[in-house]
Amino acid sequence: MSGTHAHSPSANTAYVQKTIIEPSPPPASETGAMKWVRENLFSSIPNSLLTLLTLYVIYQALMVVVPWIANGVWGTEGEGPNSLDECRQQLEGAVGGCFAVIRERWQQLLFGNYPKDELWRPTVAFFGLILAALPVMFVKLPRVLLIFTGIFPFVTYWLLWGGTIWAPVLFLGTVVLGYVVYSKLVGQSFFMGILGFLAVVFIGGNFLVGPIADALQGIIPISLSDVESREIGGFILNFVLGITCVSLSLPLGILLALGRQSNLPIIKGICVVFIEFIRGVPLITLLFVASVMLAYFLPPDANFDIMVRVIIMITLFASAYIAEAIRGGLAALPKGQYEAGDSLGLDYWQSMRLIILPQALKISIPSIVNIAIGLFKDTTLVSIISMVDLLGMIQQRIFNTTEWFGVYWELLGFAAFLFFIICYGISQYSQWLERQLATDHR
Amino acid sequence: MKTNVFLGTLAVAGMTAGMAFADGHGGSTLDVVKERGSLKCGISTGLVGFASQDANDEWEGFDVAVCRAVAAAVLGDPTAVEFRPVTNKERFEVLNSGDIDMLSRNTTWTFSRDVDLKLEFAGVNYYDGQGFMVPKSLGVSSAKDLDGAPVCIQSGTTTELNLADFFRTNNISYQPVSITTASEAQQAYLAGRCAVYTTDASGLAATRASFENPEDHVVLPEIISKEPLGPLVRHGDNEWGDVVRWTLNALIAAEELGITSANVGELSAAATDNPEINRLLGTEGNLGEQLGVAADFGAKIIMADGNYGEIFEKYIGENTPIGLSRGLNAQWTDGGLLYAPPFR
Repeated sequence: MSGTHAHSPSANTAYVQKTIIEPSPPPASETGAMKWVRENLFSSIPNSLLTLLTLYVIYQALMVVVPWIANGVWGTEGEGPNSLDECRQQLEGAVGGCFAVIRERWQQLLFGNYPKDELWRPTVAFFGLILAALPVMFVKLPRVLLIFTGIFPFVTYWLLWGGTIWAPVLFLGTVVLGYVVYSKLVGQSFFMGILGFLAVVFIGGNFLVGPIADALQGIIPISLSDVESREIGGFILNFVLGITCVSLSLPLGILLALGRQSNLPIIKGICVVFIEFIRGVPLITLLFVASVMLAYFLPPDANFDIMVRVIIMITLFASAYIAEAIRGGLAALPKGQYEAGDSLGLDYWQSMRLIILPQALKISIPSIVNIAIGLFKDTTLVSIISMVDLLGMIQQRIFNTTEWFGVYWELLGFAAFLFFIICYGISQYSQWLERQLATDHR
Repeated sequence: MKTNVFLGTLAVAGMTAGMAFADGHGGSTLDVVKERGSLKCGISTGLVGFASQDANDEWEGFDVAVCRAVAAAVLGDPTAVEFRPVTNKERFEVLNSGDIDMLSRNTTWTFSRDVDLKLEFAGVNYYDGQGFMVPKSLGVSSAKDLDGAPVCIQSGTTTELNLADFFRTNNISYQPVSITTASEAQQAYLAGRCAVYTTDASGLAATRASFENPEDHVVLPEIISKEPLGPLVRHGDNEWGDVVRWTLNALIAAEELGITSANVGELSAAATDNPEINRLLGTEGNLGEQLGVAADFGAKIIMADGNYGEIFEKYIGENTPIGLSRGLNAQWTDGGLLYAPPFR
């Protein structure tokens, strides 16, 4: 009927459609929101029942949560409420969260016992972290910014722990010197280069930096007040541990993964034993070792900072997992890729650096990010060894003050909120990165 | 930014390890503390009323006040204290390893701790005992009616053992519900996971005070254990033990003698008619010299936070949310157990 092609205007034709009929809209039940609802929510009787049930549950949950948040008492500085009792008086029996605790204690939640006059230091370090992370995260940014990323750890160390500026500056110098040695030696072999780098940094860092920094401090004193490791707490402790350990465990994990694939029996053996041992032990055990047992292995007067001990343990733990993730990536590469490297005449390190690892790491991104997120959340475990991270601050300190004893959901909800933001952010970034790096056409 | 951080921390750790020569065990603790200029005092990681941190990171509480009093006695400055929060598990090891000078952390004085663990209790600053709390609606008036009840109990504490003993001697049963912290216990109890919550009576009072409707819950009359809590030091350093013991005694004696933070300035300015007050405040005799501290150590102790009664009222007394009555912790003259030996 739609044909309106009148090839011969015959007089016998009773009726000829002369115009095009406008397409009529689809039936209401087959379009828009109605269609979506019908197909997705009420497609059959059991599904309709389930939908109604779910809606009821969501409604019930919201009826509890929404008034609790909307009615919440924040209070103001000075006027209070400054305790759970005052909160309750203000609420007069109505349902509502006592968020005043977050208002009063936010500094402790974020910074632990960091000296109150010095809070600008971790704050600056935090924004510095964002700046330093950007060029690493987004390759399109100018590469010059990577210089800042390189300096950032030293600046942050100085900002957070204080002391003389010369120690981190000199140590940075040692690292640069190490890099020079590396670039001289890398001509011979990549491995020699790394060895040279490590030797310079080790000798310089352990024997030279300290005395020279003291001497320079005597001449040109620039320093911030000292802050002890146990004063650093709250969410920045989670941050320091999480960021440091992830960044350190990634190179270590790569080396372990390569070592495990190695043909050299001793290196392979060491890597396998290390990985399997660490993976077979819970993180809590390692943390206890760091806090209690290490003292038995160190000379009695050595006062090895608890933060360093914990960073080492978490790094070892994470590196074993990352090594396995990367090994998965290595195993996924076809043998032809290795052979391609060999046929080009590349040596082992060259073919790894130029051909194998870029592909293997790309494959491993989801698992590595998974480990990073897990690691970041695992940093809350340090609260059991007397380090007061965000969770420790909540559970050990604020829960046990006379004013706030009995406040529960507000604080834990706040902690969950902070962790969610960070972890969700990491997850979104990694998905974006995967799309960016997708060179195959799946 | 990868390897650098690691090596940076390592190298700096090496440096600090070299510089921070730990305070050795040699020499008496008293000399070490004086030389250092601050007292390292082990406290609870957080216990309502006894040790808690305010919004400015200052520690305060009943146990903390003892640390401050000792610092005032030895160094003349109640703020010269480095607080070291220690957990239940590590407290004795930390003390014995010399990391801290004394422990003032709600620790029950028991035979094995005193003898086997080589610790020296300097006295008792709070007489506690384990009790039970139940919702009023349960209609229970005695702990002996609790047959078969689910009981919230902190695992790994003496309260757990006391509970088992009590139910066994009374030949009744219970279901233990293990929890780890006081705030968790509070939530578990409110959520109805257990019908009974048992811990030290002071803890029960604090928990009950934090409820929205405290009057719906009762603390049962039975006290099933003796928990004398007090500060302690290492075995074998008796001079230091004396300092802590007599600091505590000074707090208690001051209340008995009527020395308060309000009148201590006046009383210590010149000798009074009461020779014991004079000896305690250093206007007469040489008790301070015998103890190896300043002559006016007694006055300094009271100036820090007041006498025992004042400290009690300030942190855990009836006007605080915790609302503990003096009970056993009243002076012996008021029918309590506090009895400081004479300052003579």
